[in-house]
Amino acid sequence: MRVYQFTEQPYPEAWTDHGGSLRVNLPNRKCDPKIAANLLHRYYDEWMLSDELGFDIMLNEHHQTATCMSSTVVVGLSILARQTTRARLLVLGYPIGHRPDPLRMAEELSAIDVISRGRLDMGFIKGVPYEFAASNQNPVGVMERFWEAHDFIIKAMTSHDGPFNWESEHFHYRQVNIWPRPWQQPHPPVWSTTGSKGNARVLGEHGYVMATLGTGYNTRPLYDVYREGYMSNGRPAPAADRFAYLGLVAVAANEREARARGEQIASYPRTSSIVYPPFRNPPGFFPLEDNVRLMRGQTPPRSYTKDRRVIDMRTASVQELIDAAILFCGTPDQVYEQIVDFCEYCGGMGNLLMMGHAGPMSHADTVDNLTLFAKEVMPRLKAYKQPVGTTATAA
Amino acid sequence: MVKTISLNGVRIETMERGAGPPLLFLHPEIGIDSDAAVLDLLAARRRVIVPTHPGFGGSEAPKSFDSVDDLAYFYLDLLDELDLKDVALVGVSLGGWIAAELAIKSAKRISHLILGNPVGIKVAGREHRDIADMFAMTETDFLEIAYHEPAAGRRDYKAMPEEEVRNAARNREATARYAWSPFMHDPKLKGRLHRIRLPTLFLWGSSDRVTNEDYGRAYCAAIPGARFERIERAGHFPHLERPSEFAEKIFAFIGANDSKQC
Repeated sequence: MRVYQFTEQPYPEAWTDHGGSLRVNLPNRKCDPKIAANLLHRYYDEWMLSDELGFDIMLNEHHQTATCMSSTVVVGLSILARQTTRARLLVLGYPIGHRPDPLRMAEELSAIDVISRGRLDMGFIKGVPYEFAASNQNPVGVMERFWEAHDFIIKAMTSHDGPFNWESEHFHYRQVNIWPRPWQQPHPPVWSTTGSKGNARVLGEHGYVMATLGTGYNTRPLYDVYREGYMSNGRPAPAADRFAYLGLVAVAANEREARARGEQIASYPRTSSIVYPPFRNPPGFFPLEDNVRLMRGQTPPRSYTKDRRVIDMRTASVQELIDAAILFCGTPDQVYEQIVDFCEYCGGMGNLLMMGHAGPMSHADTVDNLTLFAKEVMPRLKAYKQPVGTTATAA
Repeated sequence: MVKTISLNGVRIETMERGAGPPLLFLHPEIGIDSDAAVLDLLAARRRVIVPTHPGFGGSEAPKSFDSVDDLAYFYLDLLDELDLKDVALVGVSLGGWIAAELAIKSAKRISHLILGNPVGIKVAGREHRDIADMFAMTETDFLEIAYHEPAAGRRDYKAMPEEEVRNAARNREATARYAWSPFMHDPKLKGRLHRIRLPTLFLWGSSDRVTNEDYGRAYCAAIPGARFERIERAGHFPHLERPSEFAEKIFAFIGANDSKQC
């Protein structure tokens, strides 16, 4: 198993007085650039430590929000491409359907892959609903735009014999010939996220790494649809390295300290969806039938515990988050067992995207969390033999 | 009665009622219900044709349709297909925008143009929105600015038939499809409105705060000879809040304007 250390690079100082919205419309006068600089330097220091400790590294981007100061993920990738030495650098993700210029994205990502000497993992994502207000990209049809941007980026990275032409629905170029070309051949690995079976199947057909977030003990159906898509091309069942899962992690020498740390990490799901309601559901973002159900007052549950209790991760207790495998929390032994239990349920999950810092967690606590995990849990996870699930064995 | 017609391979729903010279009604972004009083009032003296725009309600939209320009050309084809002549073209809000885009292209089948609180042009400076960002507000807040009596627009989705809820969801999505950015306008339209040489009437619900009367008057001033009339105690959808006055003003205008010149 690979373990990617992740933080959203939050600005928790603004989380107390937000008027009901941490995203899109929270005035940026609440951001003190000096505090922001200190926090960002600290987060990069913690990633440098992660590199030393044997973690891989994950970065993301969000816009106009105090939950995540990484508004342009290329900046963070660039810093870490130069400053780290061994960790893989996963962007999960880059909202390629929102950006106006996929040529620029292909150039940025190729340069980062070269500077890091082939350590880039390219996670392409649709983006959460709140991003459309900031990008002004039309949420209607964004996935068509996403796939055209994807096709273009891959084409740009794999064309080596002089300029090619691209005139399609969303993007127009006549002389495409990027320099430098990427280090990894034929191109850096592609990752994506999803919460829907339709997308899971498509990602399986491509054989890309599929990540889910907050799906807990509702993850297996998505993995199985991925497996169907993957095997529809005549391939054997996908190995565990095709699957990734974002889990919150709080580990400590004893259970009491771990629970206290878990409370701090839980600030992420508890604040993530604090946003002025109209920005939560831009037109065309969710499938029509989902909107019909929402309008009729029915909200589908998303997170389940192992014994099929429904939880709301925005309000759940630490124990409920543990029961739902959204949070792995406890002593090193407990955390190892929780993660392995989840991998067995999934039929294999080879990439733990570990949120080892969130919200107001201090530098000292973060360092302790990462160090303890790296020393006591990671070696055992590296040695753990993953199952290779097939849809036939689905739970 | 709602029927389905197919045009250029696109299946859309349309209602037709009444007899007499044709009147094509282009509905606003919220669609129009078959029992809207204004339709029967207009049908008392006209053959009223009410298509549901591609992508709205029960009408299909081809993937390639992403602008009001596409809708305007679609309706020009519909006028040809139905071989309609001397049509009174009526549009409200988004429907008014479609009507204006249609009229700058070809007015040969049109006798009169009537625009109820239309959107579609840019008037104010770059840091001022002419049209309220309906996608960045709650439905309750939208009703407050869109209606003279907000209660008139309120809908209980939990009590409505599922089909009507689905239509409402499709209307919201289709509005974004055509008008997300540039938001609710075509930057080119204002400079082309001078091409409209039809008798043109603006009917303006004076309580509208989705946009405002200065906007409506600037729109009107860009169409040679266009007339502007207010409808009091009505907001952005005057055909719903004051259906009798809306219909009467249309009849007065098209009856009094048999010539094609203002």
